[in-house]
Amino acid sequence: MERDSVKDQADSYVTDDGRTIGPTVMEMKNITLRFGGVEAIKDISFDIREGEIRAIIGPNGAGKSSMLNVISGFYVPQEGEVWYKGAQRPPMKPYQVAQQGIARTFQNIALFEGMSVLDNVMTGRLTQMKSGLLAQSLWKGKAEREEVENREIAEKVIDFLEIQAIRKTPVARLPYGLKKRVELARALAAEPTILLLDEPMAGMNVEEKEDMSRFILDVNDEFGTTIALIEHDMGVVMDLSDRVVVMDYGRKIGDGSPHDVRNNQEVIDAYLGVAHD
Amino acid sequence: MPEQLAFTIEVFMNGLMAGVLYALVALGFVLIYKASGIFNYAQGVMALFAALTLVGIMEGQVPFSHLINAILGTEVHHFGWHVPAFLAIVLTMVVMIVLAYCVQRFVFRYLVGQEPIILFMATIGLAYFLEGVGDLMWGSEIKTLDVGLPQGINVWIDEFTFDATGYGFFIDNLDIVASIVAAILVIGLVMFAQYTKQGRAMRAVADDHQAALSVGVSLNFIWILVWSLAGFVALVAGIMWGAKSGVQFSLSLIALKALPVLMLGGFTSIPGAIVGGLIIGVGEKLFEFLIGAPFLGGATENWFAYMLALVFLVFRPQGLFGEKIIERV
Repeated sequence: MERDSVKDQADSYVTDDGRTIGPTVMEMKNITLRFGGVEAIKDISFDIREGEIRAIIGPNGAGKSSMLNVISGFYVPQEGEVWYKGAQRPPMKPYQVAQQGIARTFQNIALFEGMSVLDNVMTGRLTQMKSGLLAQSLWKGKAEREEVENREIAEKVIDFLEIQAIRKTPVARLPYGLKKRVELARALAAEPTILLLDEPMAGMNVEEKEDMSRFILDVNDEFGTTIALIEHDMGVVMDLSDRVVVMDYGRKIGDGSPHDVRNNQEVIDAYLGVAHD
Repeated sequence: MPEQLAFTIEVFMNGLMAGVLYALVALGFVLIYKASGIFNYAQGVMALFAALTLVGIMEGQVPFSHLINAILGTEVHHFGWHVPAFLAIVLTMVVMIVLAYCVQRFVFRYLVGQEPIILFMATIGLAYFLEGVGDLMWGSEIKTLDVGLPQGINVWIDEFTFDATGYGFFIDNLDIVASIVAAILVIGLVMFAQYTKQGRAMRAVADDHQAALSVGVSLNFIWILVWSLAGFVALVAGIMWGAKSGVQFSLSLIALKALPVLMLGGFTSIPGAIVGGLIIGVGEKLFEFLIGAPFLGGATENWFAYMLALVFLVFRPQGLFGEKIIERV
């Protein structure tokens, strides 16, 4: 099942399966990222629109994770501009990016291993907690109401991702596939404007991959969350995403609907190799 | 009740009270260690510095007066006013927060991600620096600290036990106050860590830096917060020790007694610091009373705690409450 191709230039449009894709929420303009002499990302531009599932794919070492780290503020690019919600974003620390409504997961899972699943998901609410330190100690009522609200949202996310059974389990005891899901839950609990997923299906078996795909689609469908994800596995991405950016050796070699990208000769070469004669 | 048993119970009680003070210092270590992985050798000196500052503010001493007088040729030593204890404590806390900020801003900000041994060395440097600054700021003479805490024998306990057993227990009022304050402090800290936004963020940072960043927690802010909390604990410890035995530079040596406490309780557990402190306090007093003084010629209090810690290291290296060390292959 493939999502339909993009109706170009229109500010917002409705997909064949009835979801509304809005205007651009984030735009990367001519991003270049270097580590010493190595250019991990070379002059890449692309945009992410409201409500879409945007994939970044490419072979190993293409610079996909670096790109995600630029978006989430873990790396600061040497050149280029990041535009978010119609304004250019100054260089920021990762925690500031998170406070702006961009939540993420990690390829190698970064959970709070010592905490329970529920506590982990609750940390996702930290950006949404308003009362300050003093208010929390002095004005107990307000802080308590806020705590209850946050708890409700966390429980809703837990229900949604079907991890009720392990709510109180310390994360360290969970198997890999469930940890990935808990990490998604924590990111989702922040009610992010953009959800960044770094290889959400890495290291999973077929069944787990199918589960994860379903959750990603459901999240997008149910909450209208904009999702940018990195994947390595072409097949999965084609089924999931509305638009795809293809990277190879730090360059962008394709951008468009899954259908367009699949038929792009450069992309085929990058994935299958070119015959040298 | 036989006299010997009554004595033993009294020694036990006094051990508990002494243990509370050890626990207070150990608590400061645990806070910083949990949140940043830094073993803060300077915790004891921080207690000394806090006590010195408190006395200095209360007495209206001019900070750096020796330095000022030497450079300007003046003779200023006192502002000539006395600050009430409560206000002085608040002001001292402000100084400790400024200190926390400076420590993070000028030292540990540049050492993020370094080996634990390097961070540890930095805290040793910090300890000597702070001791020097404390000396320069407030002078090195022994000072008495009187913030109005009750002191001396608790008459009620003395009379009660005398009526009940025929032997009056000597329990110092100050020790009782210290125990109550320590209990409130611990409950407060645990509540803070469990139920507030900052507490949650603190636990997040203690667990995983990268993940904490991704949920919008500023590591820098949390580290300053943690050093401030440790400063607060140091202030409380400084007040108690200072009131008990005067504010003197040997106060910083109590930090060393906190080491065996931590080995017993585990470096990462707040309840562990308390229980560890109590065990060491009671252990060394009872050992001295029952075995040390009669058979070993006394003065066992100096080494008993370390020996106990050594035994623990052999059989349970993570301490009583520490996280279990599991190496997966």
